Amino acid sequence: MIFSNILIYFVVIPLVMLGLLFLCRDMKQIRTVAVVGSSALVALSIYLTVDFLQLRAAGVNDIMLYTGSWMWFRPLNIHLAVGVDGISVVMLLLSAIIVFAGSFASWKITPLPKDFFLWLILLSTGVFGFFISIDLFTMFMFYEVALIPMYLLIGLWGTGRKEYSAMKLTLMLMGGSAFLMLGILGIYYHSAPEGGQLTMNLLEIRANDAIDHNWQYFLFPMTFVGFGVLGAMFPFHTWSPDGHASAPTAVSMLHAGVLMKLGGYGCFRVAIYLMPFAANELAWIFLILTGISVVYGAFSACVQTDLKYINAYSSVSHCGLVLFAILMLNTTAMTGAVMQMLSHGLMTALFFALIGMIYGRTHTRDIRMMGGLMKIMPFLAVCYVIAGMASLGLPGLSGFVAEMTIFVGSFQHADMFHRVFTIVACCSIVITAVYILRVVGKLLFGPVYDEHHLSLTDATWWERLSTITLIVCVAAIGCFPNFFSDLIHNATLPIIDALTK
Amino acid sequence: MDKLSMMLYLIPALIMFCCGVYGFITRKNMIAMLISLELMLNAVDINFVVFNRFLYPGQLEGMMFTLFAIAIAAAETALAIAIIVNIFRVARNIDVRDLIKMKF
Amino acid sequence: MSIFILCIPLFMFLLLGLTGMKMSHRLAGILGCCGMGVTLVLAYSVAFNYFFSGDPLFINAAGERLQHLLWNETWLQFTDKLEIKLGFLLDPISAMMLVVITTISFMVHLYSMGYMRDHHGVFEHGFQRFYAFLSLFSFSMLGLVVATNIFQMYIFWELVGASSYLLIGFYYTKPSAVSASKKAFIVTRFADLGFLIGILILSFYTGTFNFTELTSVPVEGLKDVFQVSSLTAEGVKNVFATSAAPMFMGASVMTWALVLIFMGGMGKSAMLPLHIWLPDAMEGPTPVSALIHAATMVVAGVYLVARLFPLYLMEITSLEIITVVGALTALYAAMVACTQIDIKRVLAFSTISQIAFMMVSLGVARPEFHHGIGYMAGMFHLFTHAMFKALLFLCAGALIHAIGSNDYTAMHGLRKYMPITHISFLIGCLAIAGIIPFAGFFSKDEILTACFGNSMLWYVWMSAVAGLTAFYMFRLYYLIFWWKEHKIPEGHHAPHDQAWTMTLPLVILSVISCVAGFVPFGNLVTWNGHPMFDHVSFFTNLEHLNWSVAAVSLAVAIIAIAIATVMYRKENPLPAKFKNAMPALWNWCFHRFYWDELYMFITHKIIFNGICKPIAWFDRHIIDGTMDMFATVTQKTSSAIKGLQSGNVQMYVWLYLVGALVMASIVWLCLL
Repeated sequence: MIFSNILIYFVVIPLVMLGLLFLCRDMKQIRTVAVVGSSALVALSIYLTVDFLQLRAAGVNDIMLYTGSWMWFRPLNIHLAVGVDGISVVMLLLSAIIVFAGSFASWKITPLPKDFFLWLILLSTGVFGFFISIDLFTMFMFYEVALIPMYLLIGLWGTGRKEYSAMKLTLMLMGGSAFLMLGILGIYYHSAPEGGQLTMNLLEIRANDAIDHNWQYFLFPMTFVGFGVLGAMFPFHTWSPDGHASAPTAVSMLHAGVLMKLGGYGCFRVAIYLMPFAANELAWIFLILTGISVVYGAFSACVQTDLKYINAYSSVSHCGLVLFAILMLNTTAMTGAVMQMLSHGLMTALFFALIGMIYGRTHTRDIRMMGGLMKIMPFLAVCYVIAGMASLGLPGLSGFVAEMTIFVGSFQHADMFHRVFTIVACCSIVITAVYILRVVGKLLFGPVYDEHHLSLTDATWWERLSTITLIVCVAAIGCFPNFFSDLIHNATLPIIDALTK
Repeated sequence: MDKLSMMLYLIPALIMFCCGVYGFITRKNMIAMLISLELMLNAVDINFVVFNRFLYPGQLEGMMFTLFAIAIAAAETALAIAIIVNIFRVARNIDVRDLIKMKF
Repeated sequence: MSIFILCIPLFMFLLLGLTGMKMSHRLAGILGCCGMGVTLVLAYSVAFNYFFSGDPLFINAAGERLQHLLWNETWLQFTDKLEIKLGFLLDPISAMMLVVITTISFMVHLYSMGYMRDHHGVFEHGFQRFYAFLSLFSFSMLGLVVATNIFQMYIFWELVGASSYLLIGFYYTKPSAVSASKKAFIVTRFADLGFLIGILILSFYTGTFNFTELTSVPVEGLKDVFQVSSLTAEGVKNVFATSAAPMFMGASVMTWALVLIFMGGMGKSAMLPLHIWLPDAMEGPTPVSALIHAATMVVAGVYLVARLFPLYLMEITSLEIITVVGALTALYAAMVACTQIDIKRVLAFSTISQIAFMMVSLGVARPEFHHGIGYMAGMFHLFTHAMFKALLFLCAGALIHAIGSNDYTAMHGLRKYMPITHISFLIGCLAIAGIIPFAGFFSKDEILTACFGNSMLWYVWMSAVAGLTAFYMFRLYYLIFWWKEHKIPEGHHAPHDQAWTMTLPLVILSVISCVAGFVPFGNLVTWNGHPMFDHVSFFTNLEHLNWSVAAVSLAVAIIAIAIATVMYRKENPLPAKFKNAMPALWNWCFHRFYWDELYMFITHKIIFNGICKPIAWFDRHIIDGTMDMFATVTQKTSSAIKGLQSGNVQMYVWLYLVGALVMASIVWLCLL
């Protein structure tokens, strides 16, 4: 029975929320549904994590746990196949937390609150569905479900050049999906040895190991670029600054926090896991591109004046680091990559939440037009400093452990080229400090720039709740990294096995 | 009955058709265009009848088709006139060159 | 018990940071002081226990001091071999540092109770925050010195950097403070990049972060007990030497690793050319300068080198680099200090110069000369310098608090008004100038002895710098307390000694500065734990003095003080004459050899305008332009061909007709 699988509820809860939202009449009901639903998701993901750990502790060593598979479309052998490993578990946890924080961050969204939440929840359905799927087609479908609402969310509730940005974002990501579709079809038609039953199931494809090397050369770039576009890989990252800058707060949070992680996760789960041969052979090309992203994004962020642009470029840099670490193809770096996804997801969501809150008060995001906010809104300012510190890698917060795992892992690579490139990527920590401190110094410290800002108020309770949730998570990862590291580490082993075979 | 007498019917029908085409292409008034359309339709009807009468004298398909086409043409004309009248009410104009609001 | 040394400050930070706004200023201050007081007691007991208990865990039968891991827990596992542990390593230098940090920190906590108020006794805004940050700093610094592995050190290294950032920028509405804090963080971050890469290289080849595996050998029969040893370091060197690529760009990989790690130390300890942040860091409140930028954090670089000393010993090149950097910095900072007018800046440059002394001392240390006296001397100087430099800074704080300005031109002739401050400052000056029997004399004498043992060049060089030190310190002293009568601005009270919370630390530190020189360091802190003297008494240090070196250094100091006395005791035109005699030199010194301008040029003109802006432009116009171009081309094409879809039925008919005729004629032609 399908409903006896716990994972299905990650999709069922958002769908139920959608249904309830249709019935809502006023803001209060909408909020109730959003809060109750997202809390349920957080609770579910925490339960899942605990249960997962217990199962692992009890010695259940399957690659994926809670697997289930239900036929969906027989001619193409498409299943609704679900299953999670350590990486998916932490990703689900991350998504649930960000959806939760996002609901609070859009407490007073106008206009059309109902429609906003409808699309937002639909988007999160896609995200959750993506992380629980192990069937390529289902995965792709959920991926698309997560992308499309973005267009409306940015186009309707955004700010600035929202139509342009929404269009750009959607088209570029759709372009990525086109590559991806080709890649997935290619994988499907080579998923089984001659005469065998073709399959879309990741685990079966891996077990069959039937994609021949020439095809891998073709399909690996397809899937990697397809997902890489969403992971903001240079030079396909330009949707990110515009998209993030125009999106409403909760959407920026969800997008930078979770959706961009779909890219890294997909690269990892599909491109590298299914085509290890090509991954070994072609990694260096993408390594150069992502290495460029890391430094290039950081340098670009140094001269931006719009808060959201700064953060979007910093996301390019940090997400570049995720893909960079994945391509190092060793377990420590990959663990670091997932930690970085987690860490970046949380802190960038925190950043966007704070920027949204500041923008909601000052009505400008131009750092030249603001100053001395520490005096006016101490709570938000302190949170911003914490987010900044997390971003530039202060020990005790999440950024540090993720980056260090990546650097140490990458530097363990036997090849000189990789090590030199790691050093190049390391340079980003200095540049990050430059742009973060530049913003903090200009925006929060110093004398008050605009007299009108003096009358502004500090955070409201729902804003506090939203930011504190995220800060607690950031600090938790930063203080107890081994818990997460262990969880992720085990999940990377099958991939490493595949790579070294 | 020979080929020549068939040509006596077909040539006027051809002329009629060409007139219809010419009218349809050149006239800008929608009523005039509609009339041209009817001309073409009727030219084709004549051809149907003529071919039926001369080539397949024992059968009735051509005749039936003509009757059918006439009925359709009547309905179609009624519809077209209705549209034209409505357009005229809105735009006070039935010149096709001016009715470009829905272009692109 | 040792864990509380770390936990109490951390807890205080969280308590004051989270709930500080709710509690009264006084309560926050008292809580902070109490927390630090307890930490002080604990740290003293741990250090005392280590040095004097005679426990076989800490000292072996031969009287050699051992390293001891009190506890060590895994914090983050990277690979099977590489993991970050958080632990507590007790050995001579960490025990010594525990004493230094907690002493100075407690003094500063106490002192700030008086300093962080205005003249009416009203606490400053953000007083609780100040104590929270002080606690955070103390926590991080203590964590740094007890680090059991190089990555733990890096973690706390970053944390002290951040707390230094927060404290320098304490007056966050002041733009100069904000930019100073930013500068401090970014410069040290840049240095930390080197540190990080050094760690990565070191760990890649050796497969470990642990100090014990890098510099020590386990001692038989005792669990977790280690002896610092050059044999282990030899082993590490062999690992490097036998690796696949032992050389990289003309130097051995190990030298690279060590020099890069030293780069981290250069940043934190403000060595040339990464020194530029320290003078600006004086924008922070004066107690902070005393704690962080004089006594504790800035010596972290020295501590780092000392910690890895056996490794450095294996690569003499890296030690030579340290010596050269240290010697240049010492001279540079001393020269600059002679011309500055802001008293805190003079002290800052003096700090740079003194830390450079320690670096040189480590750089010239060789085991074959007097059991590696340079190492011991560096640590000894670190200890004494922390005491008297904190004293000087706290005196400066008292002066600034009384006068309301950092500029000595507003001071002059204060000796009558502030007697306690005057005496304390004089003791500090005598100590730093190296006059017997004050603390600085002994430690500086050991350093010069070590230099002497290494080469004549460094000996002469460092003696000259020592003379300069005496000169600029007494210049400062005379300009503040003598020179001419103090003019009290109208409507102001006469300046006076401050409240007991501020004078008590001065008195205590003065006493320490007087007697610290007699601590028999040679028996407590040596590079391999081996004691230098057979038996110990109060006068051990005096008995073992190298009198020829001591006499010379004493003579140099006295001559320098005499010159300063002649020039600055009473108002006279001599200083102006000197200034006019060598205008170029004076200008270069006064403008700190234009380092700041050079950095401004590099960061703004080259990095900001030359790299960041073009990259941002490239991104907007080339990368994004390409993407936009796809969109534009699609749009252009569609608007070019949309004219065909005219909506004009007559046009369609016409085209259809022509098309039909053409096709008909083609068919016809083909059929015929």
